[in-house]
Amino acid sequence: MVTLTIDGRKVTVRKLSTVLDAARKLDIPIPTLCHHPKLSPSGACRLCIVEITNIARPVTACTILVSEGMKVKTTSPYLERLRKTTLELLLSDHPNDCMICERAGDCTLQELAYFYGIRENRFEGERRLYTKRDENPFIKREPEKCILCGRCVKICNEVQGVSAIDFGYRGFNTKICTPFEKDLDCEFCGQCVAVCPTGALTGTMWVQKGRQQDVRDVDTLCPYCGCGCSLTLHVRRNEVIRVSSSEDTINEGWLCAKGRFGYGFINSPDRLTKPLIRTAPKTSSLIAHYSSLFREASWDEALDYVVRRLKSIKDSYGPDSIAGLSSARCTNEENYLFQKFIRAVIGTHNVDHCARY
Amino acid sequence: MERFRANLLMCAGTSCVSCGTMNIRDALKEEIKNRGLEKEIKIVLTGCNGYCAQGPVMVVQPEGIFYQSLTVEEIPKLVEEHFLKGRPYQKLMFKEPEKKIAIPTMNEIPFFKHQVLRVLRNRGLIDPEALEEYIARDGYQAAAKALSQMTSGEIVKVVKDSGLRGRGGAGFPTGLKWELALRTKSDMRYVVCNGDEGDPGAFMDRSVMEADPHSVIEGMIICAKAIESRKGYIYVRSEYPLAVKRLQIAIDHCYEAGLLGKNILGTGVNFDLKIYQGAGAFVCGEETALMRSIEGKRGIPRARPPFPVHQGLWDQPTVLNNVETFANIPPIILNGADWFSSLGTDMSKGTKVFALTGRVKNTGLIEVPLGISLKKIIYDIGGGIESGRSFKAVQTGGPSGGCIPEKFLDLEVDYESLAQVGSIMGSGGMVVLDETDCMVNTAKFFLEFTQAESCGKCIPCRIGTKRLLEILNRVTSGNGKEGDVELLEELGQDIKATSLCGLGLTAPNPVLSTIRYFRNEYEAHIKDKKCPAAVCKELLIYSVLEEFCNGCGACKRACPADAITGKRKKIHKIDSELCVKCGTCFDVCKFNAIKKQ
Amino acid sequence: MEAALEKILKTYREKEGNVISILQDLEETFGYIPENAVNWFSKKLDIPESRFYGITTFYAQFHLKPPGKNVIIVCRGTACHVKGSDRLISGLRRTFNLPEGEDTTADRKFTIERVACVGTCGMAPVALINKKVHGKMTSNKLIKEIKILEVKKTDTNNEG
Repeated sequence: MVTLTIDGRKVTVRKLSTVLDAARKLDIPIPTLCHHPKLSPSGACRLCIVEITNIARPVTACTILVSEGMKVKTTSPYLERLRKTTLELLLSDHPNDCMICERAGDCTLQELAYFYGIRENRFEGERRLYTKRDENPFIKREPEKCILCGRCVKICNEVQGVSAIDFGYRGFNTKICTPFEKDLDCEFCGQCVAVCPTGALTGTMWVQKGRQQDVRDVDTLCPYCGCGCSLTLHVRRNEVIRVSSSEDTINEGWLCAKGRFGYGFINSPDRLTKPLIRTAPKTSSLIAHYSSLFREASWDEALDYVVRRLKSIKDSYGPDSIAGLSSARCTNEENYLFQKFIRAVIGTHNVDHCARY
Repeated sequence: MERFRANLLMCAGTSCVSCGTMNIRDALKEEIKNRGLEKEIKIVLTGCNGYCAQGPVMVVQPEGIFYQSLTVEEIPKLVEEHFLKGRPYQKLMFKEPEKKIAIPTMNEIPFFKHQVLRVLRNRGLIDPEALEEYIARDGYQAAAKALSQMTSGEIVKVVKDSGLRGRGGAGFPTGLKWELALRTKSDMRYVVCNGDEGDPGAFMDRSVMEADPHSVIEGMIICAKAIESRKGYIYVRSEYPLAVKRLQIAIDHCYEAGLLGKNILGTGVNFDLKIYQGAGAFVCGEETALMRSIEGKRGIPRARPPFPVHQGLWDQPTVLNNVETFANIPPIILNGADWFSSLGTDMSKGTKVFALTGRVKNTGLIEVPLGISLKKIIYDIGGGIESGRSFKAVQTGGPSGGCIPEKFLDLEVDYESLAQVGSIMGSGGMVVLDETDCMVNTAKFFLEFTQAESCGKCIPCRIGTKRLLEILNRVTSGNGKEGDVELLEELGQDIKATSLCGLGLTAPNPVLSTIRYFRNEYEAHIKDKKCPAAVCKELLIYSVLEEFCNGCGACKRACPADAITGKRKKIHKIDSELCVKCGTCFDVCKFNAIKKQ
Repeated sequence: MEAALEKILKTYREKEGNVISILQDLEETFGYIPENAVNWFSKKLDIPESRFYGITTFYAQFHLKPPGKNVIIVCRGTACHVKGSDRLISGLRRTFNLPEGEDTTADRKFTIERVACVGTCGMAPVALINKKVHGKMTSNKLIKEIKILEVKKTDTNNEG
């Protein structure tokens, strides 16, 4: 353990901690953009600079390791001036369209601009213009809003292991790009969207569904598989408009494409809300409208029908003529009951589960 | 060994070769054969001689007669006079500029007279592709001594005592660096030579690698013993194909001779050395970026600490020194620390190689003791400003350095003194500027370079240098605003304080140092919309000087904008409305009849 | 093409190469970095294509488009700048009638490039015409050299 002093307060942290970790432990705010606790440090945004006794220049708190007796200052008029210049530079190459940006109110850059009171910008100049947009239903990339913190690249590489994107070009022309700058074609897990501190990466289906006002957060579990990831549904007017997951959950905030983007079924007009019973017999001929082959029924009627048919099949062909296949979207208890039903009631071992395939 | 009456040491550096060395060699060979002298005279192609301004050059040994500006036509006469009649041929000798008296021998020519050759000890004397020639000049004696008679600690101590500091720019004490790496516990340590000489205007490392590759390799072998390393890399930029070729030949020869590989010289020391070619990125001269590049990644610097001596290449302790530093090592081991520190100043010992270019008469590569005055370099060695114009400033340290004005000409050059006046030693580029150079434009030029070479990782460098450049562009195009100079200063200071690596930390230096010493030039651009040196294109007005114009029409034909009118043999006129200020008329006029102001 | 790629792969394995050395070999072989070659290596070596692309666009040595038949490189080093190398470039662009942002002539005969410094500052300004260094250049001398190239029907240096 190492003891150091930050802004006059003593703190003891583990040996390989960074100064930023130590400051966070004391709940001392240090602005950051490129830092993410789950990703390797980068030291790119230069906002977390601090002054350390015996080091001539300000250093980034996210990269420097603590040492015994270290004396750190996280704020001073000089540091704040440098931070403000850096932010101003960043904003001079950023479209100021917070008015219509999906992330307004939930954007680290916007928040910092607010705290540092940046309205006028001394450094107006050329901006990167990117107008090409990807064709895909999940991830919307707006590179002109990108601050090149690199969190998306790191999560894709270090956590997801996909490396669909990387830094391309250099200097002012640096951008995050796919190989040969084609449209994004990946797993669409959306982890990059989750870690983006600005509006450069958002969900395609989030557009104009609502931002912060009238949005309720509802914590729930993902229904897609047995992992049981925690979800936070963002609900507006009884409609799920976004899904996220917070870092203090069992899944540490990570989600897959289904959990993050697969919520469209909830309000889909195609969603089944009542039992349906097939009305027409199976034929080999072409049928124009499948929907016309079903009719709505009550639960009692539908269940009675299933019981009747299962019984008759078992009577005529024996229990082994029946098999049961259950879904990963069921709970463990439901799956237990289902196999019990197939084995004890129907009397066959023909039972399986989609997660085995 | 065969003996010859005379050895003709022809410079085969890139500069001389592109001036026609090879054709002259062929002509010489032919002529020598025709005269039946092939048993008496031997032609040797050497590395860069240093006096690039006078190329192609050749030195005749043993007399040491220096011939310059050779042409194929003069060869028969030269051979006849010098080798048949025994009269050195005056026409091709260096001539003292004022009295036009020929100076026959190299050591008396002012350009060479004031130099002290340690790093360049073998320049122009050996064939860089022949190991035996290097060995004949005490080559690999230092390595033999270090490997067989000295312990790691002893080597480190000698290097430390010598006071040698890194010649790549920052001037970190070399011995201390080695010591830190040696003390870091690890099974693997690396020795890396930084040959990614990216500063525009610097070519000393290229010259050493081309002219004396073995001196670098020997230095690295000694370092390997000192830090107990088994593997080394030489990182050479791809723009230096000849250096890569010569180094590869040298490495191959060393492997054959048992100077590299397993059990070197029977001492039990193992060391493998490999060339790694850069791919064209200035930022890879920064040590952490260079190591990323060797690892096969984008050359992006990372935050330090950890320093490479603790965690470098593949996270192992690594000593990274530049070419000139390694070339300094063998003589230190052979002659001792005291010999090395006998030259130099209190804090900066030894000699330094500079690439002297720009507006001086004698451009080329020079090696001088540290502590020499700028005046001596520019006037005694460089021969003063060309065309009799007046000196304005000397730019040192390349894009990371600054411009030093006339009042500091007596400055004794070392790491500290240059830093004090707002510049840096850097890798040793020295570009002399005269009254026809605009300081705002010079600052802009360097900014253009650093801005284009910024890796783009950190915000101050990526966007900050871009904004600096935009403001400078504004100033040089006549759109400067009140307060722009102050804005440049503020932004420059903040970039220097917050950037991640050396590139961003030093990028504002050219701007800040020119503002410091030449603020009036900035103000002239902004307030009077004038470029005092008549360089900044947008601020120039071209006109015809009536007394010189003879109506030849060359300018009219060349003008891309049809802005020049005039009948044949009559005085021409430039329509300033139509003029695009390209300067073509100025270039094509043979009668100096175009005026720009 | 496959054969050329196999050859590069072989040297990569023998000489402990890395992504940069593969790209250097590709640039040497094809004059640029072909997309399908990157694709091929990415599959063979299980290195993501995005990494190849990131490195390709980072280093000035690599090109995404095939170059013109003759490559003229003008040095933009300090010494060359002081001696007017920007005029060489603007002169060339005028001669070739190159539009903004384009470096290769429409007939793909000439490509103009800049280089940070070739290190022959003693003979500034310098231009490299098909890798050969030409010192103490002027716009007129350079254009003369180019006229010579234009006349030559077959060019030996950059074929293939």
